[in-house]
Amino acid sequence: MRLRFALLLVASLFLAASVVSAAGAPDADARALVVGSKNFTEGVVLGELARALASTEGPAEHRQALGGTRLVFNALVSGEIDVYAEYTGTITHEILAQQQPESREEIREILAESGLRMSESLGFRDNFALGMPKALAERLGIRRVSDLRAHPELVVRFGTEFMERGDGWPGLKQHYGLPQQDVLGVEHDLAYRGMAAGDVELTDLYTTDAEIAYYDLFTLEDDRGYFPPYEALLLYRADLTKTHPAALRAMLRLEGEIDETEMVAMNARVKLKGVQENVVAADFLREELGVDVDAKATRRIDRLLRNTRQHLALVTSSLSAAILIAVPLGIAAARRPRLAQVILGVVGVAQTIPALALLVFMIPLFGIGTGPAVVALFLYSLLPIVRNTHTGLTGIPLPLRESAEALGLSSGARLRLIEAPLAAPSILAGIKTAAVINVGAATLGALIGAGGYGQPILTGIRLDDTSLILEGAVPAAVLAIGVQWLFDWAERAVIPAGIRTQQRD
Amino acid sequence: MLELSHVTKRYAGVAALEGFHLTVASGETTVLIGPSGCGKSTILRLIIGLQLPDAGNIRFAGQPLEPSRLPALRQRMGYVLQDGGLFPHLSARDNVTLMAKHIGWSAQRIASRIEELAELTHFPVDGLDRFPLQLSGGQQQRVSLMRALMLDPEVLLLDEPLGALDPMIRFELQNDLREIFSRLRKTVVMVTHDLGEAAFFGDTIVLLRDGRIVQKGTLQQMLAAPSDEFVTRFIQAQRAPFEAMEQQL
Repeated sequence: MRLRFALLLVASLFLAASVVSAAGAPDADARALVVGSKNFTEGVVLGELARALASTEGPAEHRQALGGTRLVFNALVSGEIDVYAEYTGTITHEILAQQQPESREEIREILAESGLRMSESLGFRDNFALGMPKALAERLGIRRVSDLRAHPELVVRFGTEFMERGDGWPGLKQHYGLPQQDVLGVEHDLAYRGMAAGDVELTDLYTTDAEIAYYDLFTLEDDRGYFPPYEALLLYRADLTKTHPAALRAMLRLEGEIDETEMVAMNARVKLKGVQENVVAADFLREELGVDVDAKATRRIDRLLRNTRQHLALVTSSLSAAILIAVPLGIAAARRPRLAQVILGVVGVAQTIPALALLVFMIPLFGIGTGPAVVALFLYSLLPIVRNTHTGLTGIPLPLRESAEALGLSSGARLRLIEAPLAAPSILAGIKTAAVINVGAATLGALIGAGGYGQPILTGIRLDDTSLILEGAVPAAVLAIGVQWLFDWAERAVIPAGIRTQQRD
Repeated sequence: MLELSHVTKRYAGVAALEGFHLTVASGETTVLIGPSGCGKSTILRLIIGLQLPDAGNIRFAGQPLEPSRLPALRQRMGYVLQDGGLFPHLSARDNVTLMAKHIGWSAQRIASRIEELAELTHFPVDGLDRFPLQLSGGQQQRVSLMRALMLDPEVLLLDEPLGALDPMIRFELQNDLREIFSRLRKTVVMVTHDLGEAAFFGDTIVLLRDGRIVQKGTLQQMLAAPSDEFVTRFIQAQRAPFEAMEQQL
C-alpha cells in the first residue's frame, strides 16, 4: 500500500514532466526558423530585428542571450539555431583565429566549409575599446591606450568574454606591454555599474554601448592599432536558402540599414529606458524599413507562466529520472560493499563539479537548451538520493536484518517488506534534498538556453533591472519551499506509522 | 534432530569454535551456557545459517545444511533474539504473520493460528495491533516467540531471550516459557549466561569455554562430578541464583 503510494508519487512526477515538456515542445511540422543571440543587449536587439523580419514570412523564434561567442557559434554549426548577429573582428580574431583569414572572400570560403554564410555589413561598427571615467582620465592625463603603461595600479574589470578572447585582454596586454595586475573578469554590464560606483577604473567598452554617454566615460585611443574593425553582420546557415528562402531574404533587408547612431539609440532605449527589445526592434523596422510587425511587450504574468512551465519541466524530468536510477544504485551499493565504493565515488565526483561547469560540459555532448540542462540536473540529483538510500539500508540495525533472514524471507522479499520501509525516511530525505537543490540549480539552465526562472534573472542582470531579477528569484524560492512542503507531506504518507512513533518518542 | 560435527568458525583469524561436536536430540531442551565469547551464540547462528562454518558440517533432521536449502530449512526453525528483533514498522500481528502471508497461508488459517499463539504465550489480543515500540519488553518477547512459532517449526532457537528483561518480568516469562516448551515438545536450543535459568529449562546443559565443551549433562552431574576446575568456578560464581532455584526444586 505504501509502496504503491511511493510508486504513484514517482509516476505522477513523470506524468507532470511529460505534460509540461509536451506543452513546451515546439510545433513539429512547420519548423520555425530559430534566431540566436549572444548574451549582451545589442546581440539581443539584432536578434529581435532578425526574428521580426523572418516572422513576416513564416514562424520564427528567438532564443535570446544564449551565451558567449563560442557557444552561440557552435549552436549555429550544429544547427540548433539558424542565424545570429556577429562581428567581423570576432570572426577573424576569435572564431577563425587559427585559420587567420586575410580577406572577406577567405572568410566566406572557410565558413562555407561548415555550411555557413555571412551577410554584408548591417551598416555599423561596434568596436572594442577601453574606457574609464572622464574625470579620472583627465586627472591621470590618460588619452591613449599606451598611456596606461604609466599607471600599473589601476583597478581593471573586463567583461568575462574580453578577459578570455584572443583579441581581448591577453593580446592587448602583450601588444602594448601593459603592467596592470588588478585585473579580473566580471559580467560586462556589472563593470559599468562598478565604474559608476567608483570601484572600477578601467573596463572594456563596446563603442555602441549606451552607457558610454550615460556614465560619462572617456574612450581611450587605440594608438597602436590593436583592435580590428568589428562590422556587425548576420551569420546564418547556408541551408536557409532552401528551407526558409523568403525569411532569409526578409532578414537580409537589414544589410546596410543600421548606422552607429541608430544602434546606440536602440541600445539606450533598452538599457536605460527599460523598453523591451522586441518593441525597440519593431519601432525601428516601422520607421526605417516601413515594415509593420506585431510587437507587444510580454506581460509579466505570461512570462511568469512560461518560466514556471519551463522550470517545472527541467525539475520534474531530471528529478524523476534521478529517482528511477539512483534508488536502485543505492540498493546495489548497500548490497555489495565493494560496488558501493565505486558507485558512491562516481556520483560523488559528479556532485563536486560546480553546477555551472557541469552545464557547460554538457554542451558538446547534448548541445544547448533543455536537453543538456536536464542531463546536468539529473547528474546533480543522483548523489543525495544514492547516498541516502545506501545509508538508509546499511543503517538498519543488524538484528533486524538478521531476523528477516532467519525467518526464511528471500532477498527480494526482505528488501520489499523490511528493508525498503525501514529505509524509507532516509531515502525520502535524500529525494527531498535532491529536489530542493535541483530547483535552485535549474535557474542556471537559462545560461544554456533552457529557460526557466533563471531567464529573468539573467536578463535582469544584463539590464540592471532589479524587478526582473526578483521575477526569477522569488518564484524560484517559493518553488523550493513548495517542494519542501510537498515532501514533508509525502513523508507522512509514505513513512510507516511504527517508525513515526519512534521518531515522536 | 541437530548434529554439528568438526565445526570450526573463525572471526578475523580467531577461532570462535574449533572442531566442535554437538548432537541435539529431538524434543529435548538443550541449554548452551558459558562466559561471554565462549561461542554459544555462534552455534545458534550457524544452525540458522546466518553464518557458514569455515570447516565441518551441520545436519538438520539428517540433511546437511546447505546455502541453497537455507530459506526452506529456516521455515522449519524459529529464532528468538535477546532484544526480540521485531520489525518496528509492522504491528505485532504483522510481525507474527509476515512469513505465513509471504508463503501464502489463507487468512482464516493465519487468524486461527495467531489466536492459538496469543493464548499459548499469554499475549493480550488487543496488543496485537500495537507497534513493537508501544509494547513493554516482556510483551515484545512474547510477540517474538509467537513469530518464531507461527509456522509450527520443529526446532526453536533462543539467543538469551530473557536477557534484556527486568527480574520480575523475567521470572514470569521463565515460567510461561517452560510451560510452552513442555506443552509443545519441540526441540529447543537456548543460549543463556545464567546458570539458574539453564537448570530451570535444560534437559541437558552444555557448558562452553573458548569454543569447546567443558561439560555436558545436568546441573546435578556438574555439581557432583565437575569435569575440571572451571566447572566448579563457574558454578561458584553463580551460587546465589542456584540456591534459590534449589529450594524451589
